[in-house]
Amino acid sequence: MLSNGRFGRFGGAYVAEILAPAIEELESAFAAAQADAGFQRELERLLATYAGRPTPLTRCRNLGSAQTRIYLKREDLLHGGAHKTNQVLAQALLAQRMGKRRLIAETGAGQHGVATAMAGALFGMKTRIYMGAHDVARQELNVFRMRLMGAEVVPVECGSRTLKDAINEALRDWAASFADTHYLLGTVAGPHPFPTMVREFQRVIGREARAQFLEAEGRLPDAVIACVGGGSNAMGVFADFIPDTAVALVGVEPAGKGLDGSEHGATLQRGRPGVLHGAETYVLQDENGQIGESWSVSAGLDYPGVGPEHAHLKESGRAQYVGVTDEEALAAFALLARMEGIICAFESAHALAEALKRAERANGDAAFLVNLSGRGDKDMAQAQKLTGLAP
Amino acid sequence: MRRYRAMFDRLAARSEGALGAFLMIGDPDLQRSEDFIEALIDGGADMLELGVPFSDPVADGPVIQAAANRALAAGTTPSAAFDLVARLRARHADIPIGLLTYANIVVARGREAFYARAAAAGADSVLVADAPAFEAEPFVRAARAAGVAPVLIAAANTPEDRLKKIAEWGGGYTYCVARAGVTGADREVRFDHARLLAVLKTHAAPPPVFGFGIAAPDHVRAALAAGAAGAISGSAIVERMKDGPAAVAALVRRLKEATQ
Repeated sequence: MLSNGRFGRFGGAYVAEILAPAIEELESAFAAAQADAGFQRELERLLATYAGRPTPLTRCRNLGSAQTRIYLKREDLLHGGAHKTNQVLAQALLAQRMGKRRLIAETGAGQHGVATAMAGALFGMKTRIYMGAHDVARQELNVFRMRLMGAEVVPVECGSRTLKDAINEALRDWAASFADTHYLLGTVAGPHPFPTMVREFQRVIGREARAQFLEAEGRLPDAVIACVGGGSNAMGVFADFIPDTAVALVGVEPAGKGLDGSEHGATLQRGRPGVLHGAETYVLQDENGQIGESWSVSAGLDYPGVGPEHAHLKESGRAQYVGVTDEEALAAFALLARMEGIICAFESAHALAEALKRAERANGDAAFLVNLSGRGDKDMAQAQKLTGLAP
Repeated sequence: MRRYRAMFDRLAARSEGALGAFLMIGDPDLQRSEDFIEALIDGGADMLELGVPFSDPVADGPVIQAAANRALAAGTTPSAAFDLVARLRARHADIPIGLLTYANIVVARGREAFYARAAAAGADSVLVADAPAFEAEPFVRAARAAGVAPVLIAAANTPEDRLKKIAEWGGGYTYCVARAGVTGADREVRFDHARLLAVLKTHAAPPPVFGFGIAAPDHVRAALAAGAAGAISGSAIVERMKDGPAAVAALVRRLKEATQ
């Protein structure tokens, strides 16, 4: 390998030896693409003309106040409905460059699966999506969208039947298929080079937002706030702010039914270091090292691991990680719809809930940047049941 | 490590290959898995490969995943697995016993503590399925410090510089994956491992033993004909367990005959 893929003591490439050459092939292809102006141009063109970048930065009109201002980076407006499209287009281009003919991916909420299905249709590649059977049931609409775009959706029946198990199945597929297949991993987790590659392909979120925020406010935000499941939208919006040490980076984990119980997905706050899905990182696990089952109302945050760079940002103190419960997230979700006319994903509502708490606590002038990572269409059926707003 | 050497020497003197037999400790529960392990030995297995169950076995196919699930559902812990190995060792002084598990199980206990406990129980080797040569060094160091052989995996697509490391660091035997993919019983096998075996030999690697897909006597014969020192069967044995220990012993006996 060109690099050991470490972020401090976290990261690495814990894969079966048979996959090691595939990891190395991907690492060199990624390095070559990053250095290739032609690749970058093509990606920029796709992001602008197909995905709809740049996405706007919206200042909330009714939430917050003149003194405490909340800005939303509108990844919910991206084609596909979430930030996932950014890096999927990049990886699909890379896969094509590598001569791969087939894409496989895991998905939790279905947003990454939908984005991968889009790329499969766009580039004419055979696409298979692994999705936990439990998630297939709670994200029916996204399953239909994937199938409509020609992807095969395989429900995964083992383990907790959620994202974790979908990743296991995708890794098993890849161990047999790497010669002609690219594993289009959807987040900043997994073995090297995925955490670095996915961060670089999502960096565009923070790059745009930083410039837009400077233009709107004439200064940087007090805090950049994003939800963290695997952590790709958070790494994407954090990356360009990491050198700005006066800007707080806040990752919001799903506290589910409460951090003191067992029904949450707060890996960085309640887990401990271990090895999951190819990386050394924080993991929800029992004392023997068996992986725990996470819980969140939002399928996209329901994951007992987390990207290794987040583990490093936590340990180094550069970022802080807090929890927002299902109830708080749903309240923020309803409030944003009612006050701003924006229906966001349950995942993104976690980040907004944290911003609302901070706005309330703020003494004097404060300005926050929230990464509104996705829109809420996929959550409508669940929202009808949960918010008591069913017509 | 000396038990592996003694076994390979003894078999070489008779021009025989080694038959490794795998099952998951605690499947379907501890007591019955111990009975099944005795059946592997009765059937003539030369070396035992015993799984310590992990909740997320990404290198395993459906049969061994299901075995791990049953073992975990029965409450099998690594400590219980070590206790079982210690009882086996008390009854069988010479048979090489290898443990197979995943990195998180080792790291959760702490590498040093894990290998020390394995050594104390009488295990000869530990294979960590998701620690490739990139990540093997701290595992190898802790294993050697405890006197346990670190078994490393080599594949037909592993480049020479890494095979050299695998040869240098590995102990006991070299686990050569017979094909791409995850564990599982195959109907047919095909070995195209001439380069792999030649490179391992050049670098004086521990004896190459083939695993993945070995389910029938023909597969064992093909592995040995391709130049392996032995073959390990796993999924086929686990599948046969539903027919009871006598059926498992009979399967192992047929596989063992193919090494002779």
